[in-house]
Amino acid sequence: MQKSLKMDPNKCTGCLQCEMACAYEHHHTFTISRSRIKVFGFEDEGRKVPYTCTQCDEAWCLHACPVEAIVLDPATGAKKVLEDLCVGCKVCTIACPFGTVNYVAATGKVQKCDLCDGGEPACAGACPTGAITYVDADWTGLDRMRRWAGRTDNNPAAV
Amino acid sequence: MTWTRKILRVNLTAGTCQAEPLNLEWARQYLGQRGLATKYLVEETDPKVLPLAEGNKLIFATGPLTGTSASTGGRYAVVTKGPLTGAIACSNSGGYFGAEMKFAGYDMIIFEGRSEKPVYLLLENDEARLLDAAHLWGRTCWETEELIKHAHQDPQLRVASIGRAGENGVLFAGIVNDLHRAAGRSGVGAVMGSKNLKAVAIRGTRTDAYAPADPEGFFKAVAAAKAVLAGNGVTGQGLPAYGTQVLMNVINEVGALPTRNHKEIQFEGAHAISGEAMKQPRDSDGKPNLVTNNACFGCTIACGRISKMDKGHFAVKDKPQYHGASGGVEYEAAWALGAACGVSDLEALTYANFLCNEDGFDPITLGTTIGAAMELYELGLIKKEEVGFGLEWGSAEALVKLAEMTAQGVGFGKVIGLGSRVLCTSYGRPDLSMSVKGQEFPAYDGRGLQGMALEYATSNRGACHVRGYMVSPEVLGIPLKMDPGATEGKAPMLKAFQDLTAVVDSAGICLFTTFAWGGPDIQSMIQPALGGDWSLERLMLLGERVWNLERAYNLAAGLTGKDDTLPPRLLNEPAKTGPMKGKVAELGKMLPEYYQVRGWTPDGVPTPETVARLGL
Amino acid sequence: MRHVIIGAGPAGVTAAETLRGADPAGSVTLIEGEGEIPYARMAIPYLLAGKIQETGLRIRPREDHYARLGIDVVHGRVRAVDPAASSVTLEDGRILAYDRLLVATGSRPSLQRIPGIDLPGVHTCWTLADARDLLRKAPPGTRVVQMGAGFVGCIIMQGLVSLRVDLTILVRSGRMVSRMMNPASSAMIRSWCESRGVKIRVETLPESISQEDGHLGVHLPGGEVLPADLYLCLVGVKPAVGFLEGTGVEVGSGIRVDARMATSVPGIFAAGDVAESVDVVTGERSVNAIQPNAVEQGRIAALGMAGRQAASRGTLPFNVLDTLGLKSSSFGAWQGLPGGDSVEVSDPERYRYLKLEFLGDRLVGANAVGRTDHLGALRGLIEGKVRLGPWKERLRRNPALLMEAYLACALKA
Repeated sequence: MQKSLKMDPNKCTGCLQCEMACAYEHHHTFTISRSRIKVFGFEDEGRKVPYTCTQCDEAWCLHACPVEAIVLDPATGAKKVLEDLCVGCKVCTIACPFGTVNYVAATGKVQKCDLCDGGEPACAGACPTGAITYVDADWTGLDRMRRWAGRTDNNPAAV
Repeated sequence: MTWTRKILRVNLTAGTCQAEPLNLEWARQYLGQRGLATKYLVEETDPKVLPLAEGNKLIFATGPLTGTSASTGGRYAVVTKGPLTGAIACSNSGGYFGAEMKFAGYDMIIFEGRSEKPVYLLLENDEARLLDAAHLWGRTCWETEELIKHAHQDPQLRVASIGRAGENGVLFAGIVNDLHRAAGRSGVGAVMGSKNLKAVAIRGTRTDAYAPADPEGFFKAVAAAKAVLAGNGVTGQGLPAYGTQVLMNVINEVGALPTRNHKEIQFEGAHAISGEAMKQPRDSDGKPNLVTNNACFGCTIACGRISKMDKGHFAVKDKPQYHGASGGVEYEAAWALGAACGVSDLEALTYANFLCNEDGFDPITLGTTIGAAMELYELGLIKKEEVGFGLEWGSAEALVKLAEMTAQGVGFGKVIGLGSRVLCTSYGRPDLSMSVKGQEFPAYDGRGLQGMALEYATSNRGACHVRGYMVSPEVLGIPLKMDPGATEGKAPMLKAFQDLTAVVDSAGICLFTTFAWGGPDIQSMIQPALGGDWSLERLMLLGERVWNLERAYNLAAGLTGKDDTLPPRLLNEPAKTGPMKGKVAELGKMLPEYYQVRGWTPDGVPTPETVARLGL
Repeated sequence: MRHVIIGAGPAGVTAAETLRGADPAGSVTLIEGEGEIPYARMAIPYLLAGKIQETGLRIRPREDHYARLGIDVVHGRVRAVDPAASSVTLEDGRILAYDRLLVATGSRPSLQRIPGIDLPGVHTCWTLADARDLLRKAPPGTRVVQMGAGFVGCIIMQGLVSLRVDLTILVRSGRMVSRMMNPASSAMIRSWCESRGVKIRVETLPESISQEDGHLGVHLPGGEVLPADLYLCLVGVKPAVGFLEGTGVEVGSGIRVDARMATSVPGIFAAGDVAESVDVVTGERSVNAIQPNAVEQGRIAALGMAGRQAASRGTLPFNVLDTLGLKSSSFGAWQGLPGGDSVEVSDPERYRYLKLEFLGDRLVGANAVGRTDHLGALRGLIEGKVRLGPWKERLRRNPALLMEAYLACALKA
């Protein structure tokens, strides 16, 4: 069974070890602006919410790419950006309704979570509280997101 | 190496921002953050300069581990000459701001001169600009952060700012970053205010600014050190669950919880303001004060408190802006605002703490100064008419009002804002200021913990617990259990703690790691991070060098060994209750030995041999 | 079942691939009109800029992709469609019979009707052949007068600046990308481009073009003549529907389609830039010329052609543009809707801008400049018709918190 990232805001302390791990894994830097996973702070609630691509079945980004620079990794289920092919048109960044594909000015390409190409993703490995885990897909709490994605596709009027 | 090897020099008088290379020779001698910034201050300023004068400098500094995945590697320090003490001031803070400085490519920012008009620094990688802050002046730290993020449409900007306290010259004004983390003590915010510098906003996206010398070794050491933190009872369980507030009941039971301006040593209301109480559902609304714990950048401990107040509490019932979650009380704040004033209303403490974060001032000095005012009021020296209301011990209303007035810089709040030394002196009772070198005590009574008495007396920034945390051996048994009432062996242990703490600070990590980490854990990360030879011996010598440099600065500033003392109350008035009943702080027994182990003369001056040995 | 697809852009290619899966027994013929391996027109600026080779333009990188799938690629231009005979006639006379026909011909550039528009120095830049031509004829220093600064004009401008030509851009209206960006953000884009050496003249429409000694003269009202080596006419595009004349296929601003992408003529479908469909926000019919829409419509059309049930619930206009490094984007009803309200935050000095348009407590449109992070969430919020509740007020206070609003409202995080 393919696995996916499970992100539990209730366990997140906002330490950003996940962001550093991601940035280092992909870019050999601690600079978290390069991270593909982001922790959003809700100060008024004291909540921290880790968030990244959930490799949705709809794969909006993949279909939005004009030159097939985003492909499905059959092993992990990840939708991966092929940097060699990406022209940097950014259409995927506006097409992903989850806001999880981002343009990187320094490279002129887009980036998104690739599940670190197999094994335990770096963010999950770095999380000290178990807020980010890599688990069998059926166990994740992503149904809400998936349902929501489905709603966008088929029934936008329903809320 | 994890230095960016670049600093930013901002001349506020001229309005210029100029990058320059870091002095790497100094970096190897002083590591970073506290140590390195002190070196720059010592080299670049006249120690006799008036703290709020144009000639003083204000240095924001990171350490080599700041902005790395080393646990707690997010800290920065603000170093300057402090207006509360006239001594070296060094306050460090967590949150996300420090790491952002590194991401932008800077080890340090040196502010010099004074701007004619209020400005703030916007720093985005290589682009540094001083921008008009007229619209921010008079605003709180919280408003300032929101307005800056709004103006630049960037929620990811990290902002450190002063509130009204720093603008108004509150001598214990701090610098607040990320809403509720603060370089809180010694009045570094007042210096920032004196320079008309309202805020520093940073966005760093550079990826090539720094990296560990030996990445593989570094990540291995970092992982091992994180496991040590996770497996330790204090850092793995106590601090995440209760924060530093885990100490309130412990210290009270030990008989070292200063109460009502140190008149007593145990507080009957301790439990009501403890970490345990923060987790209990309130009678009023059935919800606990504590919402969750939060971490600073890179921290795998996560001791930070996030609290929500009881909306019906008198302090906030008409103020919905305080109904959301915000930074809750840490132990020191809970003690100062609570026990030091005899107040056991946790919600009132929480509110006063919110105000300290909102307008940027130190809750320790605020609480202790209010405690001193309450004693002066009890003695009939402060009159109700001067204040506008009574200052009875334990009055949550008085605490709340004085905190508000201090934040706003109005009425008696202007007097409170000058700290307890000025307050007590102006009422003819300087002896009632519970301070050393002008800075007030934190939450441990030197009569109950003899090692802490020595630490307070000798701390380079005035009374302070985070320069050599003798609570560890005296209460927690870390690294070994010492009798808190004894004086034997305290001097060498304190020296070791002070030197190691200087290393921890200078590295850019959090002191709280040392509940679990020893020198070898820290060394194991610094070595692969920096490359070259970084033995524990070298690091401890470096820590000692930092300590002596601070000492030398203070001596040059005009302080002497005579300032290494405690208020008469601690030296002469025995503890009334508890296990330490009958004890006074036996400083006289420890100080000469301390000078000796430091390699100082009997007057407290580093000997020429010591100076030479440390390469000062 | 014989499936014929006219047009080998994203909609046509996606439809062909979808049909291969949905109707494995049927035949799929893809008519490609330019004699090329199917390529992405929108990547042409990156070719001009030298960032990619021609192979990098391909919609599917593998040359044998279509053969491997059993898609028959026919190169040729369609002259006419005969619904009665269920056949397509190519310009070279070949006739292709179909059971289901998809029109995915996209757009064709419009041309100005002014004297001199047929001179040899006058070009457009729409096809790969045009781009090759331009690369050949525009060495550094070439004086180029470009008419038009719509979306296409702006992305071609990006390529031209990379070619280091001496560029002057004429804009008929008062502003650039006027159909994508509001006046404030458009002004920011113009200021950015001008600060990077592009000469821009608004409210300027040439009266004629002349030629002398191989050089062009662009004649402006009032008598001014701009010297030029090349005149690039990029005044807009229109749906490529000429060959449908007389077929009964109903055409408005594009080919009218229903939710299944079926046209008014049975058996004929349309998808992509050539189709006029319903805007999910306004409910009005319009052409939404963007890749994701083309792909989605191509997929839905193909499923319908194969007899499957699939329907579009409308299309959301959105677009993203890079003008010499300044990124801008638009979503939904960026002009606002009647009865709605908006919030705007602008920092012209740093070229950052964000405007959010609301209707009640829902986001209906947005314009952004100088911002690339988490933009997709704007689509999520608008297309999902997500109720913002208290977050509307928070967004009004700080619009940049849009990702937080998205997480809180759409995902209930």
